[in-house]
Amino acid sequence: MNIIVCVKQIQDPEIPASKFRLDADGKKVIPPEGIPPVINPYDEQAVELALRIKEQHGGQITILTIGDEGASSVVKHALAMGADEGVLLLDSAFEGSDSFGTAYILSQAIKKIKEFDLLLCGRQAADWDEGAVGSILAENLGLPLITLAESVDFSEGRWQVKRVILDGYQIFAVPAPVILTVSHELGPPRLPSGWGIITASKKEIPIWDANHIEAEPTQTGGGASRKKLVKLFIPARERKCEIIEGVKPEEAAGALAKKMREEGAL
Amino acid sequence: MKGVLICGELKDEKITSVSKELITTGMRLSNILNQPLDFMLIGDNGNEVAEEVINLGVDRVLTVQGQGYSDLHPERLVAILNQVCERIGPKIILFGQTDMGRDVAPRLAAKLGASVCMDCVDLAFDMASQALLPTKPVYGGNALAQWTSPIQRPQVVTMRPRSEKPAEPGPSKKGKTESIAVEIDETTIRSQLMETTYQEEKGIKLEEAKVIVAGGGGIGGSEGFGLIQELANALGAAVGTTRVPSDENWMPKSLEIGQTGHMVSPSLYIAVGISGAPQHLAGCSSSKLIVAINKDPQAPIFDMADYGIVGDYREVLPSLIEKLKDLKE
Repeated sequence: MNIIVCVKQIQDPEIPASKFRLDADGKKVIPPEGIPPVINPYDEQAVELALRIKEQHGGQITILTIGDEGASSVVKHALAMGADEGVLLLDSAFEGSDSFGTAYILSQAIKKIKEFDLLLCGRQAADWDEGAVGSILAENLGLPLITLAESVDFSEGRWQVKRVILDGYQIFAVPAPVILTVSHELGPPRLPSGWGIITASKKEIPIWDANHIEAEPTQTGGGASRKKLVKLFIPARERKCEIIEGVKPEEAAGALAKKMREEGAL
Repeated sequence: MKGVLICGELKDEKITSVSKELITTGMRLSNILNQPLDFMLIGDNGNEVAEEVINLGVDRVLTVQGQGYSDLHPERLVAILNQVCERIGPKIILFGQTDMGRDVAPRLAAKLGASVCMDCVDLAFDMASQALLPTKPVYGGNALAQWTSPIQRPQVVTMRPRSEKPAEPGPSKKGKTESIAVEIDETTIRSQLMETTYQEEKGIKLEEAKVIVAGGGGIGGSEGFGLIQELANALGAAVGTTRVPSDENWMPKSLEIGQTGHMVSPSLYIAVGISGAPQHLAGCSSSKLIVAINKDPQAPIFDMADYGIVGDYREVLPSLIEKLKDLKE
């Protein structure tokens, strides 16, 4: 079983809103001081799903990421969790790519990796929250796609995929190879083991550039983006909170009940 | 390439509220562009609601019917929509950020060579540059991003539920209904739908609830939700959760409120043991009155609430339930 997992390095999405800063002209998020970037949590769950499948069926897990040299740390993280190898896609021509550019770069790289049974992405990246790359990738590669996968089974060349919908779930059967986007209902990913960290640190992460994957420069980068960022801004918070005090919880509760009634909310 | 196309949805044979919100957005764009507004319904019962949709302000209702077309089967829906779009050539295609929209929209955009912007809360149009200006929450709702996307290329946009007011029926309007014949070669559909299960929410539906009591990670386990339920019962409220209780399986996933769950706007939202991650606030920030109960005075939920109590919910809720019962009597 050969599995490819696409991962992205992002700013830690768990930072408190108070540490979230934009630059003066609203074009960029300023990385918070002292908080290193992380693997996108949904992608980490995609790695977790790949590892669970490997434990059951054996095989090889390859990690792909696009980014600068620093992004190799998310590949290392996935290797430390138990993935087998990883590739960093790095070229100045890739910078500023939108979802279509990103999916194009990934699909060119995937064409270099000949055979695979399963391609996994996180359901969305927790920075731009678009959730489009996996779907565009499926169209580019002409592969069937199931989004928001929660769990999978494989038998006789077919995947059985449980996917999350708002008020329940669906089950799809689909022949391999297939692309899945993984949702957080899969459950928490494992922590890298000490041994995993040591082996990962010794592994070389090859760098593939635009030439290597035969990527057309017209398809990537900011110039190829189908939409351009006008500005980023922090949404206005209009509420002002009145903290209801009370010596005992009953007093506060009583005062709150009264307030809610005065507001006509009861 | 011309016009605005809404991909409408039905639930229980009725037009969904997000579809009505899309009509509000679509009418605005169609007026600015002076181009027609089409509303498409794939699957059964499209004709039954056509008149209602026209009265909401749509120029043309397109219905597409066939075997299995009513299913939430993204691969088939993409194939159907691709054929319809090739035939009528819309400039702007609007979806709700729903089970259908979030899956179908990016695939359709890839097929059509369109631009895509997902989960938008505002959709403006700039005459000078002839470009759409979609705005969407990014970084889990910590920021909003406004984009510009020239409409030389088709535009696919999904709108977050409750971003606009639903369209209201006006005096009988002129509009027509057309049935579009779409043949899908089923051998090209590789994924096979085996099962769709809707997990019934007990009691009041979250989207329709006037009052919601929601519990978060601070509740600490499924037992704690007993108190949440008790408070909800005292208020005639629905129960909701954040991601932690649903990821930890304390409560069913179908009760989750936020970016990856339900979008609600009740008159009263009581957040108990909820720290207030932007991803959660995305789903409840339009509530009329927000009350927060949390033992951490620094919890960001207090920045979003109208009233707050700093305290342990195990101590506060029993008293609150008592007081509410007293008030009723």
